[in-house]
Amino acid sequence: MFALETAAHPENLRRIAIDPVTRVEGHGKVTLLLDENNKVHQVRLHIVEFRGFEKFIEGRPYWEVPVTVQRLCGICPVSHHLAAVKAMDQIAGYGPLTPTAEKLRRLMHYGQMVQSHAVHFFHLASPDILLGFDSDFTRRNIVGVALDHPEIAKQGVLLRKYGQEVIRHTAGKRVHGTGAIPGGMNKALSLAERDEMAKDIDQMIAWSLGAVHMVKQLHETNPGFYNVFGEFRSNMMGLVRPDGALDFYHGALRAVDADGGTIFDQVDYATYQQVLEEEIKPWSYMKFPHIKSLGAENGWYKVGPLGRVQAASFLSTPLAEAERQAMMALGGGKPVHGTLMYHWARLIEVVHAAEMIRDLLNDPEILGLDLMADKGPRRHEAVGVIEAPRGTLFHHYRVDDDDLVTYCNLIVSTTNNNQAMNEAVRTVARQYLDGRVITEGLLNHIECAIRAYDPCLSCATHALGKMPMTVELVDPAGQVISSLSKG
Amino acid sequence: MSLATVPPVVVIAIGNPSRGDDAIGPLLYGRLCEWLENQGLAGEFDLYEDFQLQIEHALDLKGRRLALFIDAGDNTPGPYTFGQVAAAEGIMHTSHALPPESVLQVYRQVEGGEPPPSFVLCVRGEQFALGAEPGDAALAHVEAAFALLCELCREPQVSAWLAQAETGGNSAPVSARMAASTASPSLAP
Repeated sequence: MFALETAAHPENLRRIAIDPVTRVEGHGKVTLLLDENNKVHQVRLHIVEFRGFEKFIEGRPYWEVPVTVQRLCGICPVSHHLAAVKAMDQIAGYGPLTPTAEKLRRLMHYGQMVQSHAVHFFHLASPDILLGFDSDFTRRNIVGVALDHPEIAKQGVLLRKYGQEVIRHTAGKRVHGTGAIPGGMNKALSLAERDEMAKDIDQMIAWSLGAVHMVKQLHETNPGFYNVFGEFRSNMMGLVRPDGALDFYHGALRAVDADGGTIFDQVDYATYQQVLEEEIKPWSYMKFPHIKSLGAENGWYKVGPLGRVQAASFLSTPLAEAERQAMMALGGGKPVHGTLMYHWARLIEVVHAAEMIRDLLNDPEILGLDLMADKGPRRHEAVGVIEAPRGTLFHHYRVDDDDLVTYCNLIVSTTNNNQAMNEAVRTVARQYLDGRVITEGLLNHIECAIRAYDPCLSCATHALGKMPMTVELVDPAGQVISSLSKG
Repeated sequence: MSLATVPPVVVIAIGNPSRGDDAIGPLLYGRLCEWLENQGLAGEFDLYEDFQLQIEHALDLKGRRLALFIDAGDNTPGPYTFGQVAAAEGIMHTSHALPPESVLQVYRQVEGGEPPPSFVLCVRGEQFALGAEPGDAALAHVEAAFALLCELCREPQVSAWLAQAETGGNSAPVSARMAASTASPSLAP
């Protein structure tokens, strides 16, 4: 049992709900149980929408899945597209990809990393960081940032646009692209497309580096705050190459402990069920994965930017690696665990992805026409894994002789971070809410901790008229004492 | 594409075709693309389909005479509402998606000027479950909304769209609106 997960006597406590959590993707809510002195007894991040993703996939032809899964998520469809197609490469019986096909997939993935991280930092996180956690909540959004920091807002828009253009050139369309197919790619890159991306890439690298430096400067203004906000120690996991470098597209699993010591390394991700298991809790639709050998209490971990840049030995591009070293120097040789450090790590990854895009665009093989691998015997089961913007993403399928998917297990990045996000909100509740009168600014501290993980709680539904945020204070008898609404 | 060759009208349709009535935007996008092509009007319009409105959509508004956002509404008045929309500060967007007002405000900040006159066609939806097909009521609303879209695209002028907006788009053919109303008895007032 984790501290603050379940109160001993919830019937005597006051309940506060942050429902839905704002500026995250999808619907989640946080509930806090407090006594009459505002001492916090229970904090939970609930995922309140049941997604049923796996059932959505089962029964479909395997070759359709890499396109279908893009409809799971409006923010990172490319991540699902590529994880699924990596599994379906094997199901269809294809051998190693051609060099051009792998490079095109990587280019698409790095474009996805740039656009997703750009929208997260500039649009969702920077309002808190640049305007302050306690600033007027009606201005605490991208519009507020644009008013006070117009150049930063503009760079965020253009970085996002650039990433989307990389996706469009490699996938065929900005959304619903079909670029990757089992065995390779169905679209070569033209010289004109390559040149169009190449002409702006140095600017993108410069802007992303500028964003890292901005966060570094912000940290220098109040290192005590940034280091300890939502700080808790945990294991970390990510994909690495054989030499230990972080690899967003393909690699083996590595997990390290809170001090950076190896838990496992170079684990073939097809065997993920030998090292990871998923726990179900009655109060959330989202499962709780953990490292099997350590158990549920000690085996949970962080994924995503802060987890993987520290689980890896190094980044393979020079500018990003220098920035990684600068961030990790704060830990004196040990990993850093402050929740807001996720933003710093995320921007380092933008630099890395942009550098990788530049290198791929300068590689003559990116313009090759040999897009399909050689085909061998069909398989009935396969796993595809990538490092999505939010962390490690698992797609596991079984397919029958009629080519239909009979089993699907997805462990999405946000699920991997489930326990870590719960620990983050509990830590912040202890640090900032315990014993105080609850205000909107204090509640925003909770949301800031969640937003640092950039969770994708459900996906891709948007309709006008939805999504107000309401916080209600309810007494033990169920009477609403006061409420506060946004939106 | 240089601004000199940008079509004067941009239409941005929003929605996820795999989430029930959220498919309204993509359905209208597909039908409008085909209709514009058949009518020989395609060169006057740029059409985009996306899951959600995002900050970079502000850049799609550059150099336009008119902009139209199409989206499903969650139990908004049916069969649709049509009206002008303006840039606005302080509208809280609560997920990765932006409302049209915030996209226009981002345009102001990024481009340093006013966005083109912009309108929203909001078509009533009722259920948005993953894997669900659009409901019969939503499909009827699509029919009604498509009739209005055709009217708008025949006369893509600010004055004509403002006139439609004054009536909430109710100058569209009556037959289409009646069909939608018959199929959706639970329309909001």
